Amino acid sequence: MKPVPFDYVAPRTVRQAVEALGDPSREARVLAGGQSLIMEMRLRRATPRLVVDINRVGGLGRLTVSAQGTGGAQETGAHGTGGVLEVGALVRHAAFERPGAVPGPLGRLFALAAAEIAHPPIRARGTMAGSLAWAHPASEWCALAVALDAVLVLDAVDGARAVAARDFFLGPHLTAREARELLTLVRFPLLADGTGVAFAEHRRTCFSFAQVAVAAAVTLRDGVVEDARIGLANCADRPVRARLAERSLIGAEIGPPGARPAAGHPFARAGAVAAERDAGPVPEPYADPDYRRHVAAVLVRRALREAAADAERRPEGVDR
Amino acid sequence: MKITLTVNGDDVALDVEPRRILADVLREDCRLTGTHLGCEQGVCGACTVLVDGEAVRSCLMLAVQCDGRSVRTVEGLSGADGEPHPLQLAFSAEHALQCGFCTPGFLMAAVAALEADPGAGAGDERVRALVESNLCRCTGYEPIRRAITRAAARLAARPGA
Repeated sequence: MKPVPFDYVAPRTVRQAVEALGDPSREARVLAGGQSLIMEMRLRRATPRLVVDINRVGGLGRLTVSAQGTGGAQETGAHGTGGVLEVGALVRHAAFERPGAVPGPLGRLFALAAAEIAHPPIRARGTMAGSLAWAHPASEWCALAVALDAVLVLDAVDGARAVAARDFFLGPHLTAREARELLTLVRFPLLADGTGVAFAEHRRTCFSFAQVAVAAAVTLRDGVVEDARIGLANCADRPVRARLAERSLIGAEIGPPGARPAAGHPFARAGAVAAERDAGPVPEPYADPDYRRHVAAVLVRRALREAAADAERRPEGVDR
Repeated sequence: MKITLTVNGDDVALDVEPRRILADVLREDCRLTGTHLGCEQGVCGACTVLVDGEAVRSCLMLAVQCDGRSVRTVEGLSGADGEPHPLQLAFSAEHALQCGFCTPGFLMAAVAALEADPGAGAGDERVRALVESNLCRCTGYEPIRRAITRAAARLAARPGA
């Protein structure tokens, strides 16, 4: 099908964009990469009266690292270094595939995750911020945002506010963003050098959404887990941070690196906890909740093992 | 809405509704029917064109988004003398098409990748990754991979490459 008729504006500044979005007389949608929105409009599941194309707004394509960020970053803990990555609303998925685009373990994790998103032509257009605002439960970026304590900056005519990722996602395609707000910037605390990272995804074909995807970041000291972050995609009606699984790992001895962890291994245990207690999968075609819990347990175990191997390859201070 | 697209090097002034999809405008307004529409939802890749040198799905872009931008379609691949592009010659030599419906998309995806990085056609893994974005229901992909590898070698050997 073809989209229903709509008005189109292409503002040049954030101010103009939020003024267009703030007009309550017209149902407006933000067009960034358009790789979901235009498809929804073609299917006539989305029928906006006004499309606000932000692709010509200056400054939104920036991907920058600042020493401390401009506020909003939190929970640096053992993982953080105090540095903050700022991702503008027009940074495409493909930007994270370029070597060195983001420093350190966070950059490695983002590169692994970006490679799982659809395929190159989609990654050339689609944006991280668009994916977060779209809030598909299977989105890789949404799982990373909740696992890594991202902060989302929403601009409106009357000012900006920052929302923590854990408060942002409310359900499938449902977020704390109001229709009059524009998601302009996403902040991620950098991961400390020495953090091991991994991303594991299962999908039916190159074109499919993830049936389950898992992001893991672990810090080890002398073979003991000091800190762990686990993000789950498509394991509930929204992205999940597997806090109970994370907690089960803290202080656990992981033993020598090697083959598939046995049933009693901390990684296998964490996989079971994530699948049974953190996840709450909803039925979907080809993958019922039981199946997805099974896959989640396997992928969490696998991601943790790979993250631990990554950490051991890169002892503290020898990163990058 | 009045827009100007640079299509295969020529400036084209158009008056289009905002809801018109780039692929439809290329096919119906510019009469460039080499760009094919299969799934119309970003999956099959038959509609792949280059916008400012980047391979994109023309079924998932509005024509008005491309105002002032450069669009390259399969019609723009051959040289000024009509000589087919090395990729087109390689597709022919390797029998990389049967029905031909998907071919423009594969050609444009491959052109973008090879122009951005000539090494994208070297090595089985890289070529496999390159064809991942497009569907072909005839060939089983192997001849397409061979054609891309062949064209990549030819392009790398070209003077000035």
